[in-house]
Amino acid sequence: MNETVLELTKIVKRFPGLTANDNVDFDLKRGEVHALLGENGAGKSTLMNIAYGIYKADSGDVKVNGQKVEISSPRKAIEYGIGMIQQHFSLVPSFSVTQNVALGLKELGIVPNLPKVRNKIIELSKKYKISVDPDAKIWQISAGEQQRVEIIKLLYVRSQIMILDEPTAILTPQETEGLFETIREMTKNAASVIFISHKLKEVIEISDRITVLRHGKVVGSVKTSETNENELAKMMVGREVIMKIEKKPSKASGEILKVDNLHVMNDKGLKAIKGVSFDVKGGEVLGIAGVEGNGQRELSEALYGMRDYKGTVTVDGTKMKSGNVMDRIKHHVAYVPQDRKADALCGGLSIYQNLFIKAFSSPSMKFNPYFFVPERLRVPSLRLMKDYSISASSVDLEVKFLSGGNMQKVVLAREIGNSSPKLIIAVHPTRGLDVGAEEFVYNVLLEQKAKGAAILLIAGDLFEIFNLSDRVAVLYEGQIIGYSQPDESHLEEIGLMMAGVKNENPL
Amino acid sequence: MNQDIITSTLSGALRAGTPLLFATLGEILAERAGVLNLGLEGMMLMGAFTGFSVSYITGNLWLAVAAATLVGGLMASLHAFMSITLRVNQVVSGLALVFLGEGLSGFWGHGFVGMQAESFSSIKIPFLGDIPYVGQIVFDRDILVYMGYIAVPVIWWFLYKTTAGMNLRAVGESPEAADARGINVVLTRYIYTVIGGFFSGLAGAYISLAYTPMWVQNMTAGRGWIAVALVIFAIWDPVLALIGAYAFGGISVLQFSFQIIQVPIPVNIMNMFPYLFTIFVMLFASSNKMKKRFGAPSALGVPYSREEKT
Repeated sequence: MNETVLELTKIVKRFPGLTANDNVDFDLKRGEVHALLGENGAGKSTLMNIAYGIYKADSGDVKVNGQKVEISSPRKAIEYGIGMIQQHFSLVPSFSVTQNVALGLKELGIVPNLPKVRNKIIELSKKYKISVDPDAKIWQISAGEQQRVEIIKLLYVRSQIMILDEPTAILTPQETEGLFETIREMTKNAASVIFISHKLKEVIEISDRITVLRHGKVVGSVKTSETNENELAKMMVGREVIMKIEKKPSKASGEILKVDNLHVMNDKGLKAIKGVSFDVKGGEVLGIAGVEGNGQRELSEALYGMRDYKGTVTVDGTKMKSGNVMDRIKHHVAYVPQDRKADALCGGLSIYQNLFIKAFSSPSMKFNPYFFVPERLRVPSLRLMKDYSISASSVDLEVKFLSGGNMQKVVLAREIGNSSPKLIIAVHPTRGLDVGAEEFVYNVLLEQKAKGAAILLIAGDLFEIFNLSDRVAVLYEGQIIGYSQPDESHLEEIGLMMAGVKNENPL
Repeated sequence: MNQDIITSTLSGALRAGTPLLFATLGEILAERAGVLNLGLEGMMLMGAFTGFSVSYITGNLWLAVAAATLVGGLMASLHAFMSITLRVNQVVSGLALVFLGEGLSGFWGHGFVGMQAESFSSIKIPFLGDIPYVGQIVFDRDILVYMGYIAVPVIWWFLYKTTAGMNLRAVGESPEAADARGINVVLTRYIYTVIGGFFSGLAGAYISLAYTPMWVQNMTAGRGWIAVALVIFAIWDPVLALIGAYAFGGISVLQFSFQIIQVPIPVNIMNMFPYLFTIFVMLFASSNKMKKRFGAPSALGVPYSREEKT
């Protein structure tokens, strides 16, 4: 139990403009789960990518089983018994599960013996109680099952050191429980697991030891049994964190958004939203929970007019035109999209231009169409930057140079700070943000709620939905499978609905 | 009389389809690895020129074919260097290859216009060649046509049944996944881009040493572009490539048969058939929707960089 299997000493890794790892020490013992905790951008993934040979450290040593080694590529890492499950899975979508497991194996020879690989997959899945269908194509199976395929891949090559990078982000609560059982089963068999996460609860549940990273440096390393959530949060953020947002009961007024029998296609021309109806009242937050890929993207894009649909969408009594964004802007709909770099901001334009890019077409400000006077925008931009505490050297800075948190603040400032929206559609509004920025986003949204805006919150993180919403709807395969209360006591019920089990006792 | 026309049309289709088949098969391999090489026309021209000139100078046909193949591979390695190592836009780099091939072959080939060189002649396969009609059409051809027959099942087997083929497809579909499994993405892409070039060189050699045994400037006449379209038409599959290549070969020889039986369509219009069909295929197949539905390699045309932070 006390044998050290992996040891990283004084690891330094610099990227242009930032030091992702600054003299980081980390060690892993046989049979333990060692969690690597930190906010987004703290350098957790970078460190593990170095251990897995994807990145090359600028300096520092890596030891496996006490021997100093040079891990120059994932192939080397696999040879040393190190396996990693990335946040974005390393699976070939058009291949079957068996082919994916077989890919890159050394034993294959010229013609791979796929039936043999298939048999071993079945054997492993029985031994570790991991359910996978060896013949399914990757693109046909759920994210949870894809993750199980990744685990099988590691078990297949007898990895003794397994690195899991944010493995629970795409799982339902029940699937997470299943993953934890698999992890326990693996550590029983003398494997060691590095569990990367920024979710405190999970880390405490699964790990034996915890190392906290902040801004690329190790803040501390503690035994899980000797710590608690508050202490960890403080280490992670560097200050006291309010763990619970105070949620005032909603004073719901009239119906603002009404969606009736909405049908939307995805990019592949398949039905993504199949007859969804719901409404959101003023001063109310409706949270839409669900595993990603169940139609969230299509739903939000259709509602904001970026995607054609069948059915009716009514905002404050006016029927919206399908596929018409201008209509939404004129009716004070704000949109915080999922992908802020691609959909919300123009990276090559300055902050002030991004702040007002929507104002040109909104009725709230008048512009001379023939003369563009930047000064008219710079001055109000300064005010917005101050109100939304956007930290940047100047309003002329190109948006692509901002951090994720500051980018999101620019989006919020534009969508909310310029006008008073009647409806806010927010999709994963805090994804990739640190705790400070997260708090800020929550406060902005709750403030708008108090002012009477209707808010549709689409998020993957259930605790985010619990923190903000007044009602929860669960989206499953393009349909609202049921409603629930935004409260942790309903976690299991919501989890089951996320997995497609219908709620027998609707509220 | 009519039977003769049908046999000559069909055998002409095989002959005209063979260079298309070689170029298409090569491009399928390159694109399956994720590298789009639009330079087929340039590589074929250089292959045609090299093949003809080596044959003219040495009189050795196989040396000529080998040289043409190598030159095709050499040009492809230039594309590989630009698009894989330097990560230049693959379309631009491919187009550059076209101009390079046209220019060089036209310049160096000037003195060879109107010359005569050794060329391939038909070899009748015993027994098979005696089958009525079929034998005459399929088994009384030159050896390069036979190589085309063999290449299709070999490449099919390679792509779908071997470990190397699986690695190749993985690199084109999801280079990150392949990399994470220890497959060398850069090397794989280099290899298949160059092999694609070999095939294009061979296709060019076929034109100047078997199909129309002579050298004329720009003698490939857009066949490289037709092959680019055929790859899409074939959905990156070697068997469909065979069907497509011979069908296009058929369309391009149809005009001669039509003239003989005096179909009242002007010759100029008939000359346009293959190109019109190319445009039609591209229109049909190159919309993004179609690509997604028909499974183009997902990483096609996308440079791969391991440390790129997104």
